Amino acid sequence: MRWRRIEERVFGVLMLLATAVVVGSLVWIAGVIVYRGAGALKLSMLVQLPRGGAYGREGGILNGIVGSVLLSLPATILAGMVALPACIILQDEHAGRNPFIRSARLSLDVLWGVPSIVYGAFGYILMVYMGLRASLLAGIVAITFVQLPIVARAIDEVMRTVPLELKEAAFATGATRFEVATRVVVRQSLPGILTGLLLGFGRGIGDAAALLFTAGYTDGIPASLTEPAASLPLTVFYLLGAPYPEARAKAYAAAFVLLAIVLVVSVVSRLATAKLRRSTVI
Amino acid sequence: MPHVQVRDLSVWYGNAQVLKAVNVDIPDKQITCIIGPSGCGKTTLLKSLNRLLELTPAARVQGKVLVDGEDIYGNHVDVVSLRKKMGLLSQKPQPLPMSIYENVAFGPKVHGVRSRKELNGIVERYLREAGLYEEVKDRLHEPAAQLSVGQQQRLCLARGLAVEPEVILCDEPTAALDPVSAQAIERRFKELSRHYTILVVTHILRQAKRLADHVIFMYMGELVEAGPARQVFESPSHPQTQAYVRGDIS
Amino acid sequence: MRAVTVFLIALPCILAVALFLRSRPILERVPVLDLLTSDVWRPSRGEFGFLPFLMGSAWVTILAMAIATPLCLLTAIYVSEYASPAFTAVFRPVIDVLAGIPSIVYGLWGVLAIVPAVERIAPFVGRHLGFVPGLSTASFVTGDCVLSGAVVLAVMVAPVIIAVSVEVLGAVPRELREAALSVGATKWQTVKLVVLRKSFAGLVAAVILGFARALGETMAVLMVVGNVANVPGSIFEAAYPLPALIANNYGEMMSVPLYDSALLLAALVLLAVVILFNLGARAALKLVTVRFRR
Repeated sequence: MRWRRIEERVFGVLMLLATAVVVGSLVWIAGVIVYRGAGALKLSMLVQLPRGGAYGREGGILNGIVGSVLLSLPATILAGMVALPACIILQDEHAGRNPFIRSARLSLDVLWGVPSIVYGAFGYILMVYMGLRASLLAGIVAITFVQLPIVARAIDEVMRTVPLELKEAAFATGATRFEVATRVVVRQSLPGILTGLLLGFGRGIGDAAALLFTAGYTDGIPASLTEPAASLPLTVFYLLGAPYPEARAKAYAAAFVLLAIVLVVSVVSRLATAKLRRSTVI
Repeated sequence: MPHVQVRDLSVWYGNAQVLKAVNVDIPDKQITCIIGPSGCGKTTLLKSLNRLLELTPAARVQGKVLVDGEDIYGNHVDVVSLRKKMGLLSQKPQPLPMSIYENVAFGPKVHGVRSRKELNGIVERYLREAGLYEEVKDRLHEPAAQLSVGQQQRLCLARGLAVEPEVILCDEPTAALDPVSAQAIERRFKELSRHYTILVVTHILRQAKRLADHVIFMYMGELVEAGPARQVFESPSHPQTQAYVRGDIS
Repeated sequence: MRAVTVFLIALPCILAVALFLRSRPILERVPVLDLLTSDVWRPSRGEFGFLPFLMGSAWVTILAMAIATPLCLLTAIYVSEYASPAFTAVFRPVIDVLAGIPSIVYGLWGVLAIVPAVERIAPFVGRHLGFVPGLSTASFVTGDCVLSGAVVLAVMVAPVIIAVSVEVLGAVPRELREAALSVGATKWQTVKLVVLRKSFAGLVAAVILGFARALGETMAVLMVVGNVANVPGSIFEAAYPLPALIANNYGEMMSVPLYDSALLLAALVLLAVVILFNLGARAALKLVTVRFRR
């Protein structure tokens, strides 16, 4: 009997400790990045390109900021353009056990698990095949692959929550499958679709591994799709090991900006979902 | 003295009051059926007797429930031994994810019984009491999930009996069963009521008429009428009871 | 729309085929078995032994899972079974944020916080526990080692494991818990003997998913793990996991013959292993939820 009580106590303590460690890790990470990053960040950094030699000891990180946006935004749109039609097909109840749909789902599961470095390697193969060099375009393609499974999964999950009764009611008015899919399901899932896109954007902007092969790096801002592009993650990566403290400071600042963007995207998507949910039918 | 006495019991789920100042006595070693239309609070009343309500975060309980004279909501009550006294049979049979043997042995093991010989004896005895032993004696170590629904319910009965409760609480115990299995369970109840106090929540009027020694009729969270079965069914004093028993409201 | 879906279905195959085609040059030169078991990595001499990287990945990933699994399962049990709704409301966003932090930011944290910490404790551990296999500090130089990589990786996979575990635990029907409690089991006994038993397969799947994630993690790990192409003998030694190999050397790829082919083979191996783990975990999860739907 005694052992029972002791066991219960011990595990209770262990559980609390474990949870504290997990929550504490987030606090620690945020703390370190904010402390170093905010300290190193000067507002001027946000609007200046790097200057002053190989490591850009002076100037700012504008190249990274603009580059990241130029890479992730189109990638998000492209990923959405592939994910949305695919999900519309997937949510079609009447297809049921059909092997086409099942292999699509399986494929999405597989794609979700592929590490981004592999997408980068694939992007590289495509680049070589098409005669491209490290460029904005190649980077966008690589990031699109990274974002695609995430956006698709998010949209798929939202569309599957549209109740069957709603779709049946629409069918009962004589709508075609396409009309029900676009006018009812998509409409109903709009907040979720937006959240999915935001989620994908957040993931894409933080990715470094896929860009190593494909986007290159530069101190400037690409003027066309065939020029290389910098990105915040790679700014951190390259400048972290610089021999000059000013360059390293820029790395910390870039990390801080990156974290801030990701957090803002996360918060915005959560708020948007909550707000838009109130204006949908169910 | 009646086995269980409920005094001024009120229960809220959040802001909605589900039980309104219920006062009733549950007689010893008899089958008491709680009847009433759906949503009237039957299951809430049942669950307040073994303090399972506490699992629902929004539930609030006020009032007293006396078992053998002691308020189970008192400050020094050991919930675990209270629940041991009150067995529960749910609507949908809930076999634990283990073998048939392990299911019945679960209770005694949890309370510290270690000896293999003792457990064997317990398992056989209560499987017999539940009327299941003959059907499963050759496959005691197979997973319980492989039994039919009717067998599973009898297994749950055996499991509940194995901790030697005084009261057996049943929440629509035959609702998920086919008629043959339902009958088997009802027969068991009749047998068991010689030694245990049995409380059955049911929405099947005919079942109540078959089983009950004592009846409690509830409506919209209030206890409308309670008394010996014959009296409530044949000459109910309350017009609502009359209407329900006749089948006018359900 | 159909065309898009066909493209989606074909994509993983295209991925695998492309990687395979580009790794063919080296596969034709050297038998696969030799590639996978040789520990000599000297690309300029045409020697491509992948063993250090496979072992590097294994050491870091397994240690990371050893750290993460108990922490995450305990946390998941607490959140699912014991925590108040108020706590859960706060906890959910914490996990979501952790899941969204970019790899490079984890890496920076690793460099700034974990590596120095490991440097400080390593001599101490080496002195008192150095005889334990795997804990020796004989080759210890800097904090860039297996342990640092594992710690960072553990925190990175925690959100996946916790989120899936909490979902799996939540799928256990309330009535089952009530049934156990009704025979007088305590809350902990109910959790230990009934809930965990019922959700076991799902929890295993959660861990496998975490494992798959960990295998593919690139940036954060490579920033703290040392990147030395030797088979590690202790957690305080540097290692060179497979993704790091690919990430660090893309620059030299074109200058050495067969180097690009070797790296793309590494990518192929990584892809294959990760897919295997992922599909295995998903299959197990589907088994668990299908059972519940009954």
